[in-house]
Amino acid sequence: MQKFWNDPVTWGHAGLYLLGAIAVLAVVIVFVTYAIYFERKVIGWMQYRRGPNRTGPLGLLQTVADVAKLLMKEDTIPAKADKALFILAPVLAFVPSFLVLAIIPYGLNLQFADLNVGFLYYVALSGITTIAIVLGGWSSNNKYALLGGMRSAAQMISYEVPLVMSVVGIAMMTESLNLREIVIYQEGWFWHWNFLPQIVGFAVFVVAAISELNRTPFDLPEAESELVAGYHVEYSGFRFAFFMLTEYIYVYAIACLATILFLGGWNAPAPQLDFIPGLVWFALKFACIVFFLFWIRATLPRLRIDQLMGLAWKVLLPLAILNIFLTAVGIEWWGKGGG
Amino acid sequence: MIRTEELLLNVGPQHPSTHGVFRIIVKLDGEIITEATPVMGYLHRGTEKLAENLNFTQIIPYTDRMDYVSAMTNNYVLVHAVEKMMGLEVPERAEFLRLIVMELQRVASHMVWWGTYLLDIGALSPFLYAFSDRERILQLFNELCGARLTYNYMRVGGVKWDAPEGWIDRVKQFVRDMKTKLLEYDDLASGNEILLSRIKGVGTYDAQTAIDYGLSGANLRSTGVKWDLRKNEPYSLYSRFEFDVPVGKNGDCYDRYLVRMEEMRQSLRILEQALEQFPEGGETMGKVPRVIRPPVGEIYVRIESPRGEIGCYIVSKGKAEPFRLKFRRPSFVNLQILPKLLVGESMTNLVTILGGIDIVLGEVDC
Repeated sequence: MQKFWNDPVTWGHAGLYLLGAIAVLAVVIVFVTYAIYFERKVIGWMQYRRGPNRTGPLGLLQTVADVAKLLMKEDTIPAKADKALFILAPVLAFVPSFLVLAIIPYGLNLQFADLNVGFLYYVALSGITTIAIVLGGWSSNNKYALLGGMRSAAQMISYEVPLVMSVVGIAMMTESLNLREIVIYQEGWFWHWNFLPQIVGFAVFVVAAISELNRTPFDLPEAESELVAGYHVEYSGFRFAFFMLTEYIYVYAIACLATILFLGGWNAPAPQLDFIPGLVWFALKFACIVFFLFWIRATLPRLRIDQLMGLAWKVLLPLAILNIFLTAVGIEWWGKGGG
Repeated sequence: MIRTEELLLNVGPQHPSTHGVFRIIVKLDGEIITEATPVMGYLHRGTEKLAENLNFTQIIPYTDRMDYVSAMTNNYVLVHAVEKMMGLEVPERAEFLRLIVMELQRVASHMVWWGTYLLDIGALSPFLYAFSDRERILQLFNELCGARLTYNYMRVGGVKWDAPEGWIDRVKQFVRDMKTKLLEYDDLASGNEILLSRIKGVGTYDAQTAIDYGLSGANLRSTGVKWDLRKNEPYSLYSRFEFDVPVGKNGDCYDRYLVRMEEMRQSLRILEQALEQFPEGGETMGKVPRVIRPPVGEIYVRIESPRGEIGCYIVSKGKAEPFRLKFRRPSFVNLQILPKLLVGESMTNLVTILGGIDIVLGEVDC
């Protein structure tokens, strides 16, 4: 798909690109639908429950029914809300979440945009969602929503720093921020994957990523027991669905990113297993990370906001910097590949 | 200069973490609470006034609905007061049954607290584990008296129903299972780093403050005061059994947590002994006059409910109805310390502290 970028733009190209975008959107929507189903099932099993099992065979249509319900709900906008911003916020949250998917390489040649600054692009765009969340909390003119929005802003800004810092080690090793090149660098046996030489970075990345996703134990912006629902408390119907959709697309994006950066992307764990298509390996690793995120949700309590900030600035950031230092020392001593 | 102002936030009565229809108005400076005003009474039903027109057997169902998480102990405080007033003898089998259900109730009540408390702190699963284990206690109660929540089980002079066939064995089995379950609870939550950081050193008060505010139950014992009516003023058959009164040291939410966890273990210990000594046969109702008319006078009795000291004060004019009935409800009294504890805490700690006090709104508003 790379050559599209270099070829002159024609109607045919534009049409193909549009089709591709729709395909990705479809994949993502299906993922979100069944990720929610999977999450409810997994947590259900962990809690001696059965999870959704009534709508459709094995409850497979539960999320579809939920979305249909949200579509049919009355669209309410609070009288005292800032109407324009209130309507804008869910869109502003959703659009970047979809845009970041453009740079995800699923296979050697299966990628939309092969950007040289792929990772930076991800960070830059996902930051916009924070604005949307603050905007949603602010424009609702609701105190709970405002508190949720403010918390979210503080949290996401704090955690973006260690998230980016944790990847610097990889950038130093591969000398690239291009996601495709990062995966190619990790070819071979599974100990060539970045998560081993960059184990500190990987740990920091996972913790920071869970926090970026606003998931347990860092789900303070929507801490149900304190803030009822947080920033989207006033949203109903499909505007609410957009926020939920955003959240799950970021689960998708972060799981992809972790797979690419640390788990070798589409590479098989052993060269002998190369006959299995790369997409399968990618999907497997991706599924493991998604499962891990859901598992955490069923297990851990929630941190307090001050502890959350302390963790970001006092623990994760120094660790990430230490990781950069160690990587630099490793590269100096053993050359690339050590660390 | 940015103009800042305090945020007046209304929490409840429809809020997931106020454990019912409790409302609290907090003034926030950022996320720090500068003032907290509880508003109560959303569940007030006038139990005490209603009781003045009912005879004593008819009042028992009303006590079920006060502390609906621990109905058995409420039943007991009323019938115990009347029995004491009239000097009635309760058959041993009935007294054993009462003690067994009260201790089961204490375990069930603490399990509800454990589950909901961790849910407040953000852990989803313990809630379901606790409720599925509590379900077994409810099942046992259901076999005994046909109700799962509001039992209406005790009567002046005994209990309404005898234990059905095999019930004692099923309770024994439950006690055995529950012991391992408690270990699992500890493995899952008690040592969790996040939980510790959330509840250690939060909502601290010392023993003198606790006594000044009239706190009782785990709220008092967490400060190190060894006061448990089952030991200090033994009622029922508690003097026959061996058990410890767990106390804390620092008087924070974490100590309250530990005290309650240990109380469950001690309750199981009492249950084990009581089930061993359970008499083979015997009556479940003592000799009680057809119409219960306590002699002229007044009486106050108090027992240890899962939430603290529950007291019942009866003034009788020799009629079938009480002239005045007053309940000392531990939830209500314990709640009074809340505004003091909340000042200077964050919104998040509001939930932690409120949950740590362990209130039941049916009892607060009565």
